[in-house]
Amino acid sequence: MRSASDSVPGFRKVLRSRKYQGWLWGYILILPTVLGLGLFYLWPLVQSFYLAFTRWGAFGDYRWCGLQNFERLVSDPKIVDALRNSLVFTGLTVPLSISLATLIAVLLNAKIRGVSFYRVLYFLPVVTMPAAVGIVWRWLFNADYGAINYVLQKVFAIRGPSWLTDPKIALYSLVAVAVWGAIGNNMIIILSGLQNIPTVYYEAADIDGAGVLTKFFRITLPMLSPTLFFVSVTAIIGALQMFELVYMMIGINSPAIRATQTVVYLFYREAFINMNKGYASAIILVLFVIILGLTFIQLRLQRRWVHYD
Amino acid sequence: MAQRRLSVAILVVCLTVLVSAVGQAAATKLTYRIWDVNQQPAMKQIVTEFNKVHPEIEVEIEVTPYRQYWTSLETAAAGKNLPDLFWLNAPNFLLYSTNGMVLPLDKRIAKDKYDMHGYPNSMLDLYSYKGILYGMPKDFDTIGLWYNKELFDSAKVPYPTNNWTWDDLIQAAIKLTDAKKGVWGIAAQLDDQSGFYNTIWQAGGYVISDDRKTSGFADPRTIEGLRFWTDLIHKYKASPTQAQMTDTSPIALFEAGRVAMLSDGAWNAIRFAENDYTKKRVDVVSLPKGKQRGVTIHGLANVIAANTKHPEEAWTFLKFLGSPRAHEIQAATGTVIPAWSEYQHLWVKAHPAFNVQIFIDQVKDSFPYPVSLYTNRWAQLSFDELTRAWAGEVSIEEAAKTLARKMNELLAQE
Repeated sequence: MRSASDSVPGFRKVLRSRKYQGWLWGYILILPTVLGLGLFYLWPLVQSFYLAFTRWGAFGDYRWCGLQNFERLVSDPKIVDALRNSLVFTGLTVPLSISLATLIAVLLNAKIRGVSFYRVLYFLPVVTMPAAVGIVWRWLFNADYGAINYVLQKVFAIRGPSWLTDPKIALYSLVAVAVWGAIGNNMIIILSGLQNIPTVYYEAADIDGAGVLTKFFRITLPMLSPTLFFVSVTAIIGALQMFELVYMMIGINSPAIRATQTVVYLFYREAFINMNKGYASAIILVLFVIILGLTFIQLRLQRRWVHYD
Repeated sequence: MAQRRLSVAILVVCLTVLVSAVGQAAATKLTYRIWDVNQQPAMKQIVTEFNKVHPEIEVEIEVTPYRQYWTSLETAAAGKNLPDLFWLNAPNFLLYSTNGMVLPLDKRIAKDKYDMHGYPNSMLDLYSYKGILYGMPKDFDTIGLWYNKELFDSAKVPYPTNNWTWDDLIQAAIKLTDAKKGVWGIAAQLDDQSGFYNTIWQAGGYVISDDRKTSGFADPRTIEGLRFWTDLIHKYKASPTQAQMTDTSPIALFEAGRVAMLSDGAWNAIRFAENDYTKKRVDVVSLPKGKQRGVTIHGLANVIAANTKHPEEAWTFLKFLGSPRAHEIQAATGTVIPAWSEYQHLWVKAHPAFNVQIFIDQVKDSFPYPVSLYTNRWAQLSFDELTRAWAGEVSIEEAAKTLARKMNELLAQE
């Protein structure tokens, strides 16, 4: 005679087994983070996609409107401005911050005195609040009363430009601040990548009589390429989403706003100032597709230049 | 056994904490949101006096800076999470009242026989929709020409008078401008209520038609009103450029002694009275006359959120906010001109250093703040378009006509 518990062989045994307990606890421990991710990232993502096809009235009243938002998007000159600004900003910030971060990481990989102090110094901008960064740099860049133009006037007798209000150069001022802020973050990651390179290669190179530059380009960079790949993917994604620098440093009525507003800033304007959350969602959907495309291209190019051993 | 006792002990502690928390909640807590940190001391004093009579109602004042006030309020409204009471202004009144976001007050006023006699009809009309009052008038403000006596003295220019014309202002501004010292005659700030709305009225123009369906920006008289400011920047070179005024705000320039004149609101009286530089050096006169006199008048109201969980307590607090005593506090501290007419003179008394009586005197020449259902959309649009003329990228006619066209498109959607 077979009892119920026999027909599902050893079910209770499985429940009590070490293996099951193992992955049960695993799921329990990741549950908070997964819940948070789902609730605050994935669900809003899905919602945004849906909202891109809606039209909004006041106070959360919305209805389906099909492709209307996208039709409007195609003929909106502000979108072209914003896309161009975001792409130029990314195209300048990412190479600059990664190359500078690599240089600094290599220098800080050496056993020099006070190396920990320098590492902290370079990492400080990363842990500074974006609002504080924006306010202080905005004052530094002030054309008439800021510190930068003051030094230029007193020491070099040059009349400094309007860093943040001249449409021709405002974006480059933002690039400078962004690079300053991003070096620390990239540097830490590249530093750990550097420390993973086996010294054996360098010793062998020394025996063969290789110079500093040869060692850098033939050993360091190729061995570093997985790290650089990671850093470049995340840096591009981050740079394309830049908002806080424009919001904090360029006023909405500034003469330079058209030359600096990025796609996410435009999203903010449409969603919260013009109360068109549907149109704003369409804008952000376009950005999502662009970032997805660029990341995909980078993943494909990976085969060409990234060395995994 | 010991484990079981421990669990019971923990359970008892938790329940105690829970019960005491519930016990605390017996005192009602109201949130009152405002945007002007300069007014916070007066609001705090009002709450303190209110608590002497009603200690069981706690009021927490939240200050959200103006720049974020409406966006965060709209998010709260959509999430049915509005503060119990908050400040409302004319541009946003229709939006909140027609969407049922604020409590109507008529029945409660009638039931409690609440005294409203001190409120001018214009204020009550401003915050009524279809004959029902939604807001308790709080204050009103007009605009004046603030000026720096010290800069006038060093340039040997006679002080402005209440009888100045546009020409008088322009001539004085030119004389006061000294490029070498980095001083300008006036800051031609890109601001509607403090700046170009007033010159639009003075030129005989208008911003929006009475039926709120057409823009007035293409009207040639309106354009004259706008040109007053762009000429000061580009033709007479008596004002900082738009780039300079973006880098450093006009009021900061005024408080640093870099501009001699600033067209700005009555609400700055308390700010200038507390600032070490301005309190001894500035004074104010009526705005100059163009083809006619014209000043923007506006006032705030206190409102109760429709979805408040404590409508009775909120109404009790609102009654105090609208009482003569609360207006007396607002006036006597010099904070704002109270909507209650009998105490307006107290505000004047609170500012002996400045000739602030002109703000009340100009009420007879005033025009109401232009509004529609979605005022903020075309207000922001006006800045987007006019900043190009202020920056000298396009002529003021072109900017104004583009603005009128786009504003009409927006109004058609309302």
